[in-house]
Parts: sequence; C-alpha cells; structure tokens
Amino acid sequence: MSDDHVYMTLAEGHEDDTRWAYGTGFEDPLQGVDTDVPDGVDAQELAALCVTLADDALVSAQRLAEWTTRAPELEEEVALANIGLDLLGQARLLYSRAGQVDGTGRGEDAYAYFRDAGEFRNVRLAELPNGDFAFSIVRLLVFSSWRLAHFERLAAHRDPVLAAIAAKGVKELAYHRQYAAEWAVRLGDGTEESHRRTRRALEQVAPYLGELFTAYDVRDEVVAVLSQVTEAAGLPMPVYRPLPGSGRAGEHTEHLAPLLAELQGVARAHPEATW
Amino acid sequence: MVTTLLDARRARRIAEQVPDPELPMLTLADLGVLREVSMDPDGTVVASLTPTYSGCPAMAEMRAGVAARLKDAGYPRVEIRTVLDPPWTSDWITPEGRRKLAEHGIAPPGAAPARAAGPVPLVLSPIRRSVTCPRCGSADTEETSRFAATSCKALWRCLACREPFEYVKEI
Repeated sequence: MSDDHVYMTLAEGHEDDTRWAYGTGFEDPLQGVDTDVPDGVDAQELAALCVTLADDALVSAQRLAEWTTRAPELEEEVALANIGLDLLGQARLLYSRAGQVDGTGRGEDAYAYFRDAGEFRNVRLAELPNGDFAFSIVRLLVFSSWRLAHFERLAAHRDPVLAAIAAKGVKELAYHRQYAAEWAVRLGDGTEESHRRTRRALEQVAPYLGELFTAYDVRDEVVAVLSQVTEAAGLPMPVYRPLPGSGRAGEHTEHLAPLLAELQGVARAHPEATW
Repeated sequence: MVTTLLDARRARRIAEQVPDPELPMLTLADLGVLREVSMDPDGTVVASLTPTYSGCPAMAEMRAGVAARLKDAGYPRVEIRTVLDPPWTSDWITPEGRRKLAEHGIAPPGAAPARAAGPVPLVLSPIRRSVTCPRCGSADTEETSRFAATSCKALWRCLACREPFEYVKEI
C-alpha cells in the first residue's frame, strides 16, 4: 500500500502487470470466447463483414468523441461520448472477431491504427464532419436506426460470436436511437432556427442514404423510423438522391483521411508503445 | 473429488467478493456479471464474466481483479472467460445489489423492457418511469440526462428533496 503517487495507487496489486488503470495494453476483448468458426460459414466473408461493421462504429465513435468539450450542454456531451464509447466497444469486439477468423491473427489495433483510408470500409455517412448539433443528431438518428435494424438481423447470424455481439449491440443501439429521435423531434418542433437547421441536416444526409440500403434488407424499417420521427417533428422526409461511389468499396470523401490521421497519429509514431 | 468441489465453492466465494471497479459498493456477483466459477480436474479455476455494455472500460479491470484475487487466495492457475451470450441485463443485479445501490444514493433499475419479436419499436411519447428518490423516498422525480458518468447510469433529480441522483438504467 502506498499513496506516494497517484499512479502507484492505481497500479497497486498489479505489480506483474504492464497495465494500470485504463490505458492500453489490454488483453483481447474476446478473451476466453470460443473462437471456432462454424461449418458452412465462410471465414473470409465473416471477417470482411466484421470489419465493415467495426469500421462504421470506429469512425462514428471518433466523430462523437470530437463533441467532447464542444457540445451545447454538459449533459449532451456526456450522452454523445457515452454513445461513442458503446460504438467503440462494438468496434473492438468486431475487429477482434475479424482477426480470429481471417487467418492473420491480427489484433484490434492492427485494424484500427494501421490501415489507411482506402482500406476502411465504413459508409461515408459516418465520416462526414460533425457540422452543427442538428446535423450530428440527424446523422446519429439515421446511423443508429440503420445499425439497429441490421444488428437485429445479425443476432440470428450463424456465427455465434457475431450473433452475440449483435444481440448485445441491439440494446445499446435502441438507446442511441431513442436519444437521437427525441432530440430530432425537439429541434424540428422547436424554434424557427432549430427547425431550419434540422431540415438542412436532413437534406445533407440524403445523398448518403442510398449507400446504407444497398447490401442489406433493412430499408423499410429505417424509412419507417425516419417517417415516424419527421412526422412528429414537423419536418419533411429527406429526398433520396443516390451518390456515386461507395465507402464499402473503400471510396471515401476527403474527410476520412484527416479523421484517421488524428485517430492513428500516436499509435503510428510509437507503434510498440503501451501506456 | 470432494476436495475439488469444496475448493471450487471456495474459489467461487472469493471471485464473488471482487468489487466492481466503477460501482465499488457492489461485488461482481451483486452486479450479475460473474456468470460461473468452476474448477477443471487439473485445478484450473475457470471464471466466466459477461460485460454490462460493449464499451464498458471496466471489463479489463474486472478480469484482472478476479484473476488477482484468486491467485492471492492460492489458486495459481486461473482462466477468465468472456461470455457474450446471453447479453447482460440489469435484471441480473441481485436484491442485495439493489439494496446496496439505494444505500449509496443510486436508484436501482426497474424491470428490463420485455423484447417482443420483430423490430424494436420507437416510442416518441414520454415514457413514464416511476423512479424513487434513493435519499428521501419520494416518487416525485424527473430525468435530467439519459446518460451519466458510466454507461450503465442515467441522471435524475428529486423534486421533493431537490437532490440529484444517479439511476442504473434498465436494459
């Protein structure tokens, strides 16, 4: 027992452990989970799916974290940071699963820190800059509704690990969607200014909706949620305008590379470091 | 065999007493995250933990805590398994855990919402929850924030005694 230094107190009882408090150097978040891939599941396809889902979550988490110290109120800052934390947790589990099944044995950090923008498979909606609070709320509403609908289906995936990650994520995403939907209604049905900005945000996300609905059969569910919210908020439904290219093919906006530069800078400058 | 059973029971009692890193008034057993403790024939203690939220940063600390306590108690071989399925629900917080939360000024969760088949419905009308103030017992309370200092809590305030308090969300 020592209270000489605050770090010593945190490290107490972990003398043989390189990790103290909440730093890096954690073990695999899927430690002790049965890692077998069931018969009939294509390991490469499963790994690719896990990476796309993880990329969506990681890039969104980074954007949400950017609100820290900048949100309109402390409560909203805490909310956005917490939502980002849930998504970061989902990303960690999914990257770990991808590394287990794709044959490379890569850990989560290899995916998060040591791939360039062209290797990321996230939808472009996730990487767009935060804009104002209205844009971030509308983007979160679309993203969480879409991811929730997708995860509900993935909870029945033949890979039990992905199914379990998805089933857990459903509870979290439903909570995120609830938060975003309530704010969207409050802003749309609020002042002239908040209405105008929320309406503009819906127009801004519209070109990125098409990309969400290409690969998965979740469109009806998401559109139903957006109709419900826009109707309650007195807002028009966004007009669907498809945009060429696809983040799923590694074709990104100019906004992803700077986001990754910030996210990956420290890990790349000190690739062996743990703290 | 009898020794192994007794030993397994003792190992379970030790693991059960490990405090939660973020809600230290609760043990991991109170919180419902310690799912199982068993002993392999070779003497390895196998403890299974389930995360509360995917991003819960305390998970690594919980694993390390259980392993360290068991090693200190004379079990050199410890294996910690992560159980993702079924996902944690706040319904697993024990009655003892709920009592301790309230005693420390944190309102315990109500029953987790039942999941029907099909898409999770979005409810936009205000959801009435009856959350009792853990300090004065009044039911005249309101939510101030859906999120709080840890993933598992929301912020509320009591309109009777005017005290803010935390509330463990039901999931």
